[in-house]
Amino acid sequence: MRKLRNDFPILKRKIHGKSLVYLDNAATTQKPRQVIDAVSRYYAQTNANIHRGIHTLAEEATEAYEGARKKIADFIGAKDPAEIIFVRNATEGINLVARSFVAPRLLFERSRELLLTEMEHHSNLVPWHVLQSKVESPKSKVLLKFIPVKKNGTLDYSKLDTLITKKTALVSVTHASNVLGTINNIPRIVKAAHAKGVPVLVDAAQSAPHMPIDVQKLGCDFLVLSGHKMLGPTGIGVLWGRRELLEAMPPFLGGGDMIRSVRYDGFEPNDLPWKFEAGTPNIAGAIGLGAAVDYLQKISMQNIRAHEMVLTKYALKNMQKISGLTIYGPQDSKKQTGVISFNLHGIHAHDLASICDREGVAIRSGHHCAEPLVRKFGQNAMARVSFYLYNTKKEIDIFIDALKKAKEIFK
Amino acid sequence: MSDSLYREQILEHWRTPQNFGKLVHPTHEAFENNPLCGDEIGIHLNVNNHVVGDIRFYGVGCAISMAATSMLTEIILGKKIEELKKIKKEDVFNLLGVMPSPSRVKCALLGLSTFKKALQIFEQTE
Ligand SMILES: Cc1ncc(COP(=O)(O)O)c(C=O)c1O
Repeated sequence: MRKLRNDFPILKRKIHGKSLVYLDNAATTQKPRQVIDAVSRYYAQTNANIHRGIHTLAEEATEAYEGARKKIADFIGAKDPAEIIFVRNATEGINLVARSFVAPRLLFERSRELLLTEMEHHSNLVPWHVLQSKVESPKSKVLLKFIPVKKNGTLDYSKLDTLITKKTALVSVTHASNVLGTINNIPRIVKAAHAKGVPVLVDAAQSAPHMPIDVQKLGCDFLVLSGHKMLGPTGIGVLWGRRELLEAMPPFLGGGDMIRSVRYDGFEPNDLPWKFEAGTPNIAGAIGLGAAVDYLQKISMQNIRAHEMVLTKYALKNMQKISGLTIYGPQDSKKQTGVISFNLHGIHAHDLASICDREGVAIRSGHHCAEPLVRKFGQNAMARVSFYLYNTKKEIDIFIDALKKAKEIFK
Repeated sequence: MSDSLYREQILEHWRTPQNFGKLVHPTHEAFENNPLCGDEIGIHLNVNNHVVGDIRFYGVGCAISMAATSMLTEIILGKKIEELKKIKKEDVFNLLGVMPSPSRVKCALLGLSTFKKALQIFEQTE
């Protein structure tokens, strides 16, 4: 793992004269040379619009774009690349499902509920609030329900069977929490949902970058991820859905590329996956994400998970030794990803982040786009470190030293 | 430690904030929060004859927002409203003695924006 650090140009940067220690990977990850080069090579040598020209560049660009789709299908175990829809990010994927899959279902009296968890990122909460406000009338309320989070940061599965009812339109849950790091038991949730004929969406924004993902094993019906959290460029993400569900769904956005034929009085939608890809897509982004997936697979997701478990265990052990430090989450590297949120007694998370920054250590502070969850733990803000394949134990030592400095300053 | 943001003077105000608490019968009060970081500050004023005769602030926040507000209340106490209307964000940075990084500017100015809100309320009720 040490050698691969050379692939990431940004890791050579100095911050306030110190070597960068980048521990904000849950927000976004750094990019290896291989991804940066794939994007710049595309613009320097292949750039053309896709699916529209018969000249050489257009053919090459189309091939590269569709090639990236195949790589991602393979990466998450999709049966068919046509089930891979390119979107901007996980957020857009969830909104697509909200508008094109759930909204039509909510018109039926028997589908009036949505089940989430208490640990969702705002991107798997606000789209449902928006939908609620769109389809709700005084007579027909749409109910949001939540699988509770226990004190130890894991879900309370005992409530699952009563929370899922015949009225549930969709269960939409995160695979791994961006605050607590908790890895949720998706097969268990899917089993309970499918027993009542309820489909399941998995937000894999925090899991797909860090562990092997197989949509067949998870058993879910939709899955979303963001390219920028897994070494890829910003502005590219993926929605995967089961073919039969995607085929039955109406289009999301209208425009070019998503149509088969257009008349003045109407249109006929294109086949999958293009039905959901209106307008010129983020071609360079998709190609960059393809390169990111190649990079991850070369190292192997098992190895990445193993490396992050070692780091997480090491960090937990050393953080637990600091008096006055509270960790929110399972505190068990087997049950969580390399995401650790914490507070140091008497020191605001922002001050911690500022002091760490002075040492070159990038950590996150705030509510991490999961405000209700942070408040549930009785906090206004939390500090968070999150690891990735290029982080080292030595970097964790530097972070721990920065925490000790903060204690010294604020004693 | 080279961290100029946490100068001893700032830490002193953070440890023992001045005018911290609430007034029993404030003539004017305002409350502001920064939803991005969860910082919250409330300000209580006693204004008599267009002079701030007493001031308290309360809330939760980082050292920068707490210290800046503490320093600000020392400046505000005993001054005329006309004069106080002229307080600018630069004045807060001067009090802190350091220009916060862009992501911390909001922290530094939360107390000032709360006070400005209280001034507005004062103007409206005049
Ligand atoms: C669990 C989870 N879901 C969704 C998202 C949203 O990702 P994006 O902003 O790329 O759409 C994030 C990003 O922080 C996340 O952590």
